[in-house]
Amino acid sequence: MSALLPPERIARFAGFGMASAADGYAFPVRSTEELREALTIARAAGRQVTLRGAGRSYGDAAIGSECAIVDVTPMRRLLNWDARSGVLEAEAGFTIEGLWRCGLPHGWWPPVVSGTMFPTLAGALAMNIHGKNNFKAGTLGEHVLELELMMASGELRVLTPEDPLFFAAIGSAGLLGAITRVKLQMRPVASGMLRVRAVASGDWGAQFAAFERFEGEADYAVSWVDGFAVGAAAGRGLFHAAWYDERPDPDSLRLERQDLPPRVLGLVPKSQVWRALRVLNRPGAMRAVNAAKAWAARRQGEFEHPQSLVAFSFLLDYVPNWRNAYRPGGFIQYQSFVPKADARRVFARQVALAQEAGEAPFLAVLKRHRPDPFLLSHGVDGYSLALDFKVVPARWEALRALSHRLNDLVLEAGGRFYFAKDSTLRPQDAQAYLGASLDRFRELRAELDPGGLWTSDLARRLAW
Amino acid sequence: MSKFRHAIVIGASSGIGAEIARQLAATGAKVAAIARRAPLLEALAAEHPGQILPYPHDVRNYEEIPGLFQEITRELGGLDLVVYATGVMPSVRRDEFDFEKDRAIFETNVLGMMAWLDQAALRFQGTRHGAIVGIGSVAGERGRPGQPAYNASKAAMHTYLESLRNRLDRLGVSVVTIKPGPTETELIAHLEFKNPDSASRVAQLTLAKAGRSGEYFVRLTHKLAFLVLRNIPSPIFRRLDL
Repeated sequence: MSALLPPERIARFAGFGMASAADGYAFPVRSTEELREALTIARAAGRQVTLRGAGRSYGDAAIGSECAIVDVTPMRRLLNWDARSGVLEAEAGFTIEGLWRCGLPHGWWPPVVSGTMFPTLAGALAMNIHGKNNFKAGTLGEHVLELELMMASGELRVLTPEDPLFFAAIGSAGLLGAITRVKLQMRPVASGMLRVRAVASGDWGAQFAAFERFEGEADYAVSWVDGFAVGAAAGRGLFHAAWYDERPDPDSLRLERQDLPPRVLGLVPKSQVWRALRVLNRPGAMRAVNAAKAWAARRQGEFEHPQSLVAFSFLLDYVPNWRNAYRPGGFIQYQSFVPKADARRVFARQVALAQEAGEAPFLAVLKRHRPDPFLLSHGVDGYSLALDFKVVPARWEALRALSHRLNDLVLEAGGRFYFAKDSTLRPQDAQAYLGASLDRFRELRAELDPGGLWTSDLARRLAW
Repeated sequence: MSKFRHAIVIGASSGIGAEIARQLAATGAKVAAIARRAPLLEALAAEHPGQILPYPHDVRNYEEIPGLFQEITRELGGLDLVVYATGVMPSVRRDEFDFEKDRAIFETNVLGMMAWLDQAALRFQGTRHGAIVGIGSVAGERGRPGQPAYNASKAAMHTYLESLRNRLDRLGVSVVTIKPGPTETELIAHLEFKNPDSASRVAQLTLAKAGRSGEYFVRLTHKLAFLVLRNIPSPIFRRLDL
């Protein structure tokens, strides 16, 4: 019989959307030595290992049933920061928040950020996150100068963009090795403010026209879509383009100028806002909220305003614990990436199918993307639409079936998917869009991890 | 789909335990079936291949339980429910005082239960979810003259489960005590009871209550009768000779 794992380490780990959860044995690690030791213990007990950062992946990428869950968040030292070159070096658990807090006072901003500042660097690179500037700046992986990867054997390898494994490891969802250290190039900024232009869009056509209008010049572009609107109003929403403010403004670089306000509307403590959201978290109320937002957008028309980098970038952090509004069943975020020629048709059809199935998305967000050189890339020269679906246990199967219909539309159009968001891909879907890249990934896995140490519930779901 | 996807049933070779394993498997759950008698377990597993996994084991082999528990949870891929249904009740004459029999009863009914449910409690305390069920008995309600050790073992079980409930319920872990009366099982084959409950009915009720912390009688008449019997002062209870 294999050695036992310490039974008191067992804990329940959930995806950020809370619709996926699994029990595993927690191994928080503070150093590469502790990480290596955790791998040894897991192997002696005959267990596989799942890598986990801040747990911000929506689905099952950072959970592993009955696995040793190696949590890298305690390994979070800043190792080196050069305020002249903007090169930052930090351990796996250092966060996106750490990046901007370190860089901004010296005039540097992370080149790519997610909608929340809490992901770890290792998690962000395992997923190869993108931001609202993906069409211009690419993914986070494109700004990495060097990273250190712990292989299943415990060996450490230093990878640079010269090495093909660099492009396989980034975006491989933690299935080729554990990222332990990252060296990253930050982006210079003269000001902590952005110029933000809001454009109300009356339908799908107006949405895509807005993206095209600002594509060549804006630094960021993102649009909210009313997932409940039908008929001529289908696709209506509110588009935002934003530009770095090139006028030097040292005062705006101070951290206290960036911190999000502690109260909403100056009154309600932010920590309590999710309770109000929870009351609204049902189709009828969300239809009204979406309609009100669309009405307000239309009424304001097109206008420009300044906004801090933090406020514009980390919209998801405005309301702490907002996901609690979706308790007890949680939610999934369905995000698909479609080449630009077919994006409008596919996304309009996706939303219509969801509405027909009685599953209108409570939130829908449209973004512009570009391809990238990573092996398991989600990038396309096109657009992505992210749809938040509430999960009600009795309707989980129906929601899964809907997702599979949406997948078919994406695959027919040559689209792709993103592991940080995924909860519903089937093995054949991943095979269809990854094709030869997936075969190469399997070869690499067999070569680098012959014992099959690394896994996750995502990997098992995809039969990897 | 059942509310339980991964379950361990200890005492699954016959009677209430076997029925619980069957009914869980019928709802799609994966069940580790544990008992001493391997052939009976194999037969049970053959009814739901791949869903009921047989693990021959004597609950008195306390030392092997932590290892077996981890092996099973890994094999199942998770754990939502643990049912302790093992119980022995050797026939005891009214004038018999046999320590060996008494010890065997306690080793199986009480110490085996603690060895298994301590593992379950430790795990569920960590995962903050899960359900524990113990199959007790109306026999544990009073110290009747017929089965001193069996009665005492069931009383111990009830108290132990109540303590677990008071520790774990606040963490989101349910602990349920089922108190069947005479049930058509091997346990009472040497006794004569009028109109016993079927094991399948008891299993059904057990699974309906699993997940909802508390103590449950199988029959309303038992609930009412024992409400009265429990409160009869000892000197009077003694004279009743129940």
